[in-house]
Amino acid sequence: MAFEIPNFAPALPEIFVFTMICVVLIVDLFLTDKNRSITYLLSQATLLGAAILSVVIQSSVPEYTFSGTFVNDGMGTVLKLFIYLSTAVVFIYSRDYLIERGLYKGEFFVLALFAVLGMMVMVSANNLLTIYLGLEVLSLAMYAMVALNRDSSIASEAAMKYFVLGSIASGMLLYGMSMLYGATGSLDHTTIASAISEGSGDDIVLKFALVFIVIGLAFKLGAVPFHMWVPDVYHGAPTAITLFISAAPKIAAFAMLMRLLVEGLGGLLEHWQDMLIILAVLSIMIGNVIAIAQSNIKRMLAYSTISHIGFLILGVIAGTSDGYAASMFYVIVYALMSLAAFGMIMLLSRKGFEADTLDDFKGLNQRSPWFAFMMLITLFSMAGVPPTVGFYAKLAVLSAVVDIGLVWLAVLAVIFSVIGAFYYLRVIKYMYFDKAVDNTPINSAYDMKVVMSANGVIILLLGIYPTGLIALCTSVLA
Amino acid sequence: MSIEPILFYIFSTILVLASVAVVTVRNPVYAALCLVLAFFTCAAVWLLLEAEFLALVLILVYVGAVMVLFLFVIMMLDINLVRSKEGFIKYLPAGGFVAILILIEMCVVLGPENFGIEITGEPLKHAADYSNTKELGVTLYTQYAYPFEIAGALLLLAIVAAITLTMRRRPDSKYQDPAEQVSVRRDDRVRIVKMAAEKKQ
Repeated sequence: MAFEIPNFAPALPEIFVFTMICVVLIVDLFLTDKNRSITYLLSQATLLGAAILSVVIQSSVPEYTFSGTFVNDGMGTVLKLFIYLSTAVVFIYSRDYLIERGLYKGEFFVLALFAVLGMMVMVSANNLLTIYLGLEVLSLAMYAMVALNRDSSIASEAAMKYFVLGSIASGMLLYGMSMLYGATGSLDHTTIASAISEGSGDDIVLKFALVFIVIGLAFKLGAVPFHMWVPDVYHGAPTAITLFISAAPKIAAFAMLMRLLVEGLGGLLEHWQDMLIILAVLSIMIGNVIAIAQSNIKRMLAYSTISHIGFLILGVIAGTSDGYAASMFYVIVYALMSLAAFGMIMLLSRKGFEADTLDDFKGLNQRSPWFAFMMLITLFSMAGVPPTVGFYAKLAVLSAVVDIGLVWLAVLAVIFSVIGAFYYLRVIKYMYFDKAVDNTPINSAYDMKVVMSANGVIILLLGIYPTGLIALCTSVLA
Repeated sequence: MSIEPILFYIFSTILVLASVAVVTVRNPVYAALCLVLAFFTCAAVWLLLEAEFLALVLILVYVGAVMVLFLFVIMMLDINLVRSKEGFIKYLPAGGFVAILILIEMCVVLGPENFGIEITGEPLKHAADYSNTKELGVTLYTQYAYPFEIAGALLLLAIVAAITLTMRRRPDSKYQDPAEQVSVRRDDRVRIVKMAAEKKQ
């Protein structure tokens, strides 16, 4: 059999990250706790190197390699860059938090980099097998990270729930994929798409496969009614891990949605559109309403995530390239906002104290007017108040939905996001109009304060000048 | 009628019965053994499909390694049999209804009109010198080299994750230091006590 050596160039970032994981794994063995910062710097260097490589090898036309299992295109490059960025920010935010809790170990960085590798594989997948393996690398790393604090029973419980539900979801997804293979005779997204458009695949089998695939995707995204794991995992995991889970994996989940449903099963648009409408409506409703009842801010943000996932799905429902671009913009913006919100919890936490209840935010303005303002911007952005970027993100997905004539859906989404504004504004009221219960000065590393401030300012600046990022998303999806 | 269909029906009947037994028998050791039986008959069905390598790997890996380990774990843990079956009757109507519904749906979709031999075509018959192992290896290392590498990364990750979650450096744990054992002297172990002889009382 003739064998062609595949072109390795498009996969250089993946190869680099995997090599560096092995390097970090070995180097960390020889380090004592005192100079663990070498591991930290190596991990940051990995992300930086991967970012440079991704930019160097970017291509405007899709490049396929490894017998079509891998694709390098504009969407992949942009999403990967934001994955590196949010992971690097997670490392900066979580350093002090992890040191104070005795979790600042090489394993944290190795597992996080493995998760990054899994996300990169998912983002660049053009084959059902690759997408599934990337997802498993990501999930396995995240299960272990949630359980990283072994002495905490709440973290172990969260990890166990996450693991069991995640495995069921993987099973569903895999079963759907096997049906898809049965119907179209291929694992390759491009071949599947052409088989569907030619009508060679049998219709009922395809629909059967689609149901399982959508359920698997909804589990991984955390859309209602498959959201049960989200609040428990967000609440139970150490805040540094929650921060990680809430940002980059959402970008990867969006990529999975695009690769599977849009590129692979684009021919079945009218079928998955209806399913996604149900998921989106339920997510926006239940996420926003139940968040009101939460007193733990991590749980509250978990329900807020569910409602944001609903909005993210709205853009995909539209089924137009504008809609996909709006969703991509939304997921990137969401990652930035969630980094800021969970970062703030870690900024207020200190050794032996977790600032994870709403009461801990009381009187933040007296303690630190600047960080109270940063939190204000973040929460306004999550609620969708102009001129923050969250407003433009919501506006873009809603206009995409209105463009295809689903006005009722847009109205419903707006009504529930107004209801949702209540719990964001409540935190703002606590910060500005209530007296501080706890007057401990906010001490944290200099770099964290700088990045935190930059994070808040970017949310505001992107709100004032959103066109650049929107244009970028539109151009890569055109 | 040739012997192959007869063998197929025998093996698949045993497979289905064994799988049902895995979830219904009370004793978890029996359940694990039923799973072994299910794997074994499944391997036999794969042999009929001319997938010899996969069939043997299923037996070697799953029956030989995974299930033996599983049995050890079950025997080591003291599983409360009554508690694990709690609520079985309570959930049976709802669970049974969903299961039967899914079964009917699957029968409709996976029936002969969609996956019959007229649709998929007769599977290729290969000569006796055809090597299933070689074909599988060639495909795995050429066309699917990239997924294969990711699977390797996944296994490394599993090792890292398992060690992270289980290894504890306890200061009071007991271990042997060969260097100290070799350099031991008589004075460390034996103390000679001089005392006067005592009379029998």
